[in-house]
Amino acid sequence: MSASANPAAQPNRLAAPGLVDRTRVLSFHFDGRNYTGFCGDTLASALLGAGVKLVGRSFKYHRPRGILGAGSEEPNALVELRSGARREANTRATVAELFDGLEARSQNRWPSLEFDLGAINSLLSPIFVAGFYYKTFMWPAAFWEKLYEPVIRRAAGLGKATHAADPDEYEKAHAFCDVLIVGAGPAGLAAALAAGRCGARVVLCDEDFVLGGRLNGDRHEIDDKSGPDWVKTVEAELRSLPEVRIMPRTTVFGAYDDGLTGTRTFGALERVCDHLAVPLPHQPRQRLWKIMARRVVLTAGAVERPIVFGGNDRPGVMLASAVRTYVNRFGVAPGRRIAVFTSGDDGWKTAFDLDAAGVAVEAVIDARSDVSPALLERARRLQSRIFTAAQVVDARGSRGLDRIVIRDGEGRIERLSVDALAVSGGWNPSVALSTHVGGRAQWAPSISAFIPGDLPRGMSVAGAAGGSFALGDALREGAAAGAAAAAAAGFNAEPPRWRTAAESVGITPLWNVAESKSKAFVDFQHDVTREDIALAAREGFRSVELLKRYTTLGMATDQGKISNLNGHAIMAALTERSIPDVGTTTSRPPYTPVAIGAFAGHHRGKDFKPTRLTAGHRWAREHSDVFVEAGQWLRAQWFAEPGESGWLATVTREVKAVRAGVGVCDVSTLGKIDIQGADAPALLDRVYINLFSTLSVGRVRYGLMLREDGFVMDDGTTAHLAPHHYVMSTTTANAAKVMQHLEHARQVLWPDLDVHMVSVTEQWAQYAIAGPASRRLLERLLGDAIDISNSAFPYLACAQFSWRGIPARLFRISFSGEMAYELAVPARYGDAAIRAIMEAGRDFGVVPYGTEALGVMRIEKGHVAGNELNGTTNAADLGLGRMLSKKKDCIGRVLAARPGLTDPDRPALVGVKPVDASARLYAGAHFLDPGADATLDNDQGFITSVAFSPMLGTWIGLGLLARGPQRHGEKIRAHSPVRGGDVEVEVVSPLFFDPEGTRLHG
Amino acid sequence: MRIQCPFCGERDLSEFAYLGDASFTRPDPEGAEAQARFFDAVYLRDNPAGPFEELWYHGSGCRSWLRVRRNTRTHEILGVEFAKSDSRPAGAS
Repeated sequence: MSASANPAAQPNRLAAPGLVDRTRVLSFHFDGRNYTGFCGDTLASALLGAGVKLVGRSFKYHRPRGILGAGSEEPNALVELRSGARREANTRATVAELFDGLEARSQNRWPSLEFDLGAINSLLSPIFVAGFYYKTFMWPAAFWEKLYEPVIRRAAGLGKATHAADPDEYEKAHAFCDVLIVGAGPAGLAAALAAGRCGARVVLCDEDFVLGGRLNGDRHEIDDKSGPDWVKTVEAELRSLPEVRIMPRTTVFGAYDDGLTGTRTFGALERVCDHLAVPLPHQPRQRLWKIMARRVVLTAGAVERPIVFGGNDRPGVMLASAVRTYVNRFGVAPGRRIAVFTSGDDGWKTAFDLDAAGVAVEAVIDARSDVSPALLERARRLQSRIFTAAQVVDARGSRGLDRIVIRDGEGRIERLSVDALAVSGGWNPSVALSTHVGGRAQWAPSISAFIPGDLPRGMSVAGAAGGSFALGDALREGAAAGAAAAAAAGFNAEPPRWRTAAESVGITPLWNVAESKSKAFVDFQHDVTREDIALAAREGFRSVELLKRYTTLGMATDQGKISNLNGHAIMAALTERSIPDVGTTTSRPPYTPVAIGAFAGHHRGKDFKPTRLTAGHRWAREHSDVFVEAGQWLRAQWFAEPGESGWLATVTREVKAVRAGVGVCDVSTLGKIDIQGADAPALLDRVYINLFSTLSVGRVRYGLMLREDGFVMDDGTTAHLAPHHYVMSTTTANAAKVMQHLEHARQVLWPDLDVHMVSVTEQWAQYAIAGPASRRLLERLLGDAIDISNSAFPYLACAQFSWRGIPARLFRISFSGEMAYELAVPARYGDAAIRAIMEAGRDFGVVPYGTEALGVMRIEKGHVAGNELNGTTNAADLGLGRMLSKKKDCIGRVLAARPGLTDPDRPALVGVKPVDASARLYAGAHFLDPGADATLDNDQGFITSVAFSPMLGTWIGLGLLARGPQRHGEKIRAHSPVRGGDVEVEVVSPLFFDPEGTRLHG
Repeated sequence: MRIQCPFCGERDLSEFAYLGDASFTRPDPEGAEAQARFFDAVYLRDNPAGPFEELWYHGSGCRSWLRVRRNTRTHEILGVEFAKSDSRPAGAS
């Protein structure tokens, strides 16, 4: 912060500082030049204070543009803020809070803002008219991608986003309140006091960094206090109330659904550190709020609308209310010779405020002939020229406004030299939040604007947002709405009262100065002119929704806040309809742009979803650094040994070691569901296609589950541990889905069943111990705890027992095709258990193996997994059709018998191996007959899983092939154009290794 | 959107999973035209605009299946009860 301000650097500062702190000077850069401003400025007010009027070039025609407004509705003054990874395009200078060292650049200009080559587009404007995308670049089609689009994108566009990762944090938070108040202008503050004083939980949000709304930009007195002083008093009282939360810099951007109790959800964005160069330590840049409110009071105010006349986009043409804001709040004169063009009483306020601040008002041009005598009387003191029944027909000046052309009441044309023009065409209430959940705005003829129509349940509206523009009305309505909202939430509220001066707010709308010859803009941000609206009308795009899409009216980042109604009114006049007949487009959330980063919050990169680690993870990390995501779990992919040449060598060694000796694999991630109750067997019979009620205690059975539509949902084993007590295993990926499915069966389909279930996936650590030496390892490990001789504990046996003082479970099941067991212990012993297994197996050469070796061995055995259980296969497709029990019904049985699902031509499971044993197979390759063209008509199915089989010494694959099971021995092609392969393969049984299964029983 | 779970209280939408029409009853698998009836029940669902009875699962809460009456136009929740209740019509297998 520099020590003192050089007054020459801020030529447009007025004597009265307004609400900025002139003792705190902030320096900033705009387009590489240094400027100063003050604490409390926005970038826009600081630029105006420094005499900068030209801040950007327009979207299509590259016309010079200045600052139009003073709030979030700003369509013109969009800049790139900050630099490097924090560079942010399309930031509205009018809401960017100034900080020391702020860097900003104008957008959409080349090579410089003052001299812009793209301005030649103005001369080409005939081809940039409405619908030009559809009309001009029709042919040839190939030119679109290569030529037209890149050129248009360079010529027409807004700022550039950074490609660097965002270095800042974003977070999400929830808030609950009795009364949410959206907007802290006079109505919002009154509502907050009324509701807060009686103890209701109040959340008061405002997008600005100071409270007060128009009380800061206008000159008002409330109870003999100035507007800002009254705001300070109210804010101090609100801060003393423990149940009131004040959230400045927070935009409530959307209204969402409500619940049974009428609590409605709102989305809000808090710009926690946007006003700082770099976020404070441990603070997010922005925070996304979900606010659950029992009642809401909409006090979002209104947005002034400009008038459509020739040259109305020249830098220096500004909304009249914005001129007042810059003068009164920021102590800045937007010009030194200012005229006011208005169609209502409001514009006169600007003239009076400018005069009070010592700025010369050259003229007041009121389009009305019936201006109230009181205003005219007061205006006599202005020493300004007063025009009534007059219009500004043109505004001129190459880079900024230097003169206006006025047509007076008698039709005389007069030119006036001015450097700024304040324009007031009336006010549009900010109704957006009232329409987000289906409400429609309604036309209010008295103010010529749309106001909220049927309000969503629990919402009330007060002040300018409801069309009541006088301060006294805003305070009274706000207090009443706040009190009523608190009362509806169960509090005893009394609306406070204040004294204000009477105010006149008359308006006769002037949508369009028809006499203007030069370009008259309706939508400044998208460069939509009055002529574009006329063209749309001529070509039949007359509905507001078509008008919007044809001309892009209201589709820019400002979503037409200041342009829509003007455009719709011009369309109404052109088509001889009333404005309510023409209607208005529906506004949807968000009210102002919200960064995607704020919606993502902390859920990005590795934090996108939770990472689940098994109890044996620490042990696994000691032996491997290659892990694969399986759902949310991390599983070791393989365990490389020093000197191994690559993953294939490692996996091959692991497979051979298992098949020759013994290996161990962490299978804790498989879903485990504990099922208990007298009707547990009945439930299992109804969810599995095969019979489980015949499964005796101490036995395990493989089962297949269908969805009700007949397709396979999941597979796994279920063990009968004790009478009425089962434990089901599911695939890792489908654990939650199967749990939901079982609960649905139990609670919805068959609520009479006496059965309960709980997920115990995380409660048990489970290890597969596989290979011919697995029994000897376990005998050494378990000792006397359990007899696991082949006769006492044969294939598909299970038991629960006590081992070293802890409960343990053993299952003799195999995914690898080897003699194998799965040992389960409570999760807290998982780490100790894997170390004990490795210790017990040392003499047998035990190896740990990962998910790759697991996959290779299951493919060698033709076991189906996720690649085959892909939602389009049924039991018969997978070669498991014989499992379907005919003794009972189950979910999916009836529809699995549909003709389409029993068609013998359906692709079904086969094995394939390359005819040339050295050839590699690729999953996803499609099956074709030899010599057949690679067309969809000739498609016979595809390869689902491949592996290099260490036991066969070749690549092998599983696939789904039309009539596959009848085609063993046939030679076909596996065609994979994306991987460049067309491999001749032989169709074989999916059981590649130990087809008789003798190794299982060992 | 918030759903009043009869067990957990009013909870955020993100805790629930949606299934659909709560009027779904599993046809008698042995009955006449079972396949056509199942086809109808599984695929040919209504999607009315307005109040609709539907099934929601409180997966991140008590794991109850809930019968939720919701206005599909406004997302207003009109009523919530456990799907497993004694009031189910007799004969629903």
